[in-house]
Amino acid sequence: MTAAVVFQDLTLGYERLPAVQNLQTEIADGSLTAIVGPNGAGKSTLLKGMTGALAPLAGNVSFEALRRDDIAYLPQQSDIDRSFPLTVMDLVAMGLWREIGPFGRISGRHQDRIASAIATVGLTGFETRPIGSLSGGQMQRTLFARLLLQDARLVLLDEPFAAIDAKTMDDLISVVRRWHGEGRTVLAVLHDAETVSAHFPQTLMLARELVAHGPTEKVLTVENQFRARQKCEACVGPTHTCGRAAA
Amino acid sequence: MWDLFFQPFADFGFMRRALMGCFAISIGATPVGVFLMLRRMSLTGDAMAHAILPGAAVGFLVSGLSLGAMTIGGLIAGMAVALLSGFVTRVTALREDASLAAFYLISLALGVLIVSTRGSNVDLMHVLFGTVLALDNAALILLCSIASVSVLTLAVLFRPLVLECADPQFLRSVSGFSAVTHFTFLTLVVLNLVGGFHALGTLMAVGIMILPAAAARFWAVSIGGMIAAAIAVAMLSSLIGLLLSYHYSLPSGPAIILVAGVFYGVSLVAGPVGGLVARGLPRRSLEI
Repeated sequence: MTAAVVFQDLTLGYERLPAVQNLQTEIADGSLTAIVGPNGAGKSTLLKGMTGALAPLAGNVSFEALRRDDIAYLPQQSDIDRSFPLTVMDLVAMGLWREIGPFGRISGRHQDRIASAIATVGLTGFETRPIGSLSGGQMQRTLFARLLLQDARLVLLDEPFAAIDAKTMDDLISVVRRWHGEGRTVLAVLHDAETVSAHFPQTLMLARELVAHGPTEKVLTVENQFRARQKCEACVGPTHTCGRAAA
Repeated sequence: MWDLFFQPFADFGFMRRALMGCFAISIGATPVGVFLMLRRMSLTGDAMAHAILPGAAVGFLVSGLSLGAMTIGGLIAGMAVALLSGFVTRVTALREDASLAAFYLISLALGVLIVSTRGSNVDLMHVLFGTVLALDNAALILLCSIASVSVLTLAVLFRPLVLECADPQFLRSVSGFSAVTHFTFLTLVVLNLVGGFHALGTLMAVGIMILPAAAARFWAVSIGGMIAAAIAVAMLSSLIGLLLSYHYSLPSGPAIILVAGVFYGVSLVAGPVGGLVARGLPRRSLEI
């Protein structure tokens, strides 16, 4: 099995305070991995480090055969301005940026792909709705449709199922499983152990440093979770470095 | 009717020039204003308008009421404030609004100091409030050139700019266009303010940029619609403002901006998209 991403002694942090320390592991190409850990464990920070938005304090992340635009990233709280006059269609179409860039035309073939992405996430009929009128779940579906169009080989999802209804979650999980079936590498930060055990074959448990990484049933054990919590409690000192890391 | 609406323009060249200058500003500056509003940067426009003052003042010191010198000075000062505040935001803990406020206040104080020590009060009034009724050919060509450059640049930059406004994180994740877009947009803001200040003065120039845009928000749902509505409001404000200033001997810059203010007030109340009346009416359905 080849690696899609290799972390070499990676340390990431904010203002010199490390949030992820000395991470040394590999993400296999085509794997479906959940990133779990207590609050402030550095999970979101790790994803940011992978997108390049945050430069490592030490060590590095290397992507074997991937280029920057092979990576799609869905942040936890996207800073999308919901009052901005965009329709569902406009927002989804942004996913084509890699193909059409700033000036390219949206062809008929692109239109078909936009329609099919919108259909995949169950939003057919909502194309012309302004994004300001969508519910949280509908917005998340829209963002998944945009990810579909990005056609990325590595998909990074930060708490993609937080605060959405069960039906939306089921639908979006099937999108994630479809990516997995297509051989894409998917990493998702998740909180719910049930979701992880049911749908994610691999798990990476983080508590600032690596706790465990491997098949979910071996990683998601009571002992590991206890260890992770202990490690993270130890790091919530007077400087609240972990709280900062989660921000 | 003729006397009221057409005779001032038919009889006086300066009125025709004023109208043409204002129309050029309406076409160039209001789309920029729409994007400023959509990026929640309306007050940035105001800050930038103050920031260009010392540049214009230095230009004035060097070569009197010279169009070229004041334009170049204003551009330099505006860009310097924009870049410095952007730089400070990136390398220190200070947020963009605070660093921008700091720099524009310094810049404004410097500008007023320069103008008042070396020029007369009349000169200060000229810089602050403009001389729309005294636009010469060179000024008109400048205003029209700025409007053309502005519209063309916005057309080329439209997609990245929309993305930069709506979802900057996404734009940064897919391309390196974010910084280029931001910088080019700020350049357009400064360029249009410098153009606008020849006609309306540094204080009023930002009015024709922001008020029509704010009014347009109540009339259109799409960005294109907002830009069209904003340009229409700006042009009508210019026309009515100039006529009012002619018939009642009012200063024309403030008259134009006040008319735009009236349009804003009317839109706020009667605008179909989220206006007060529209909100008060029972919803026809949930589909809007």
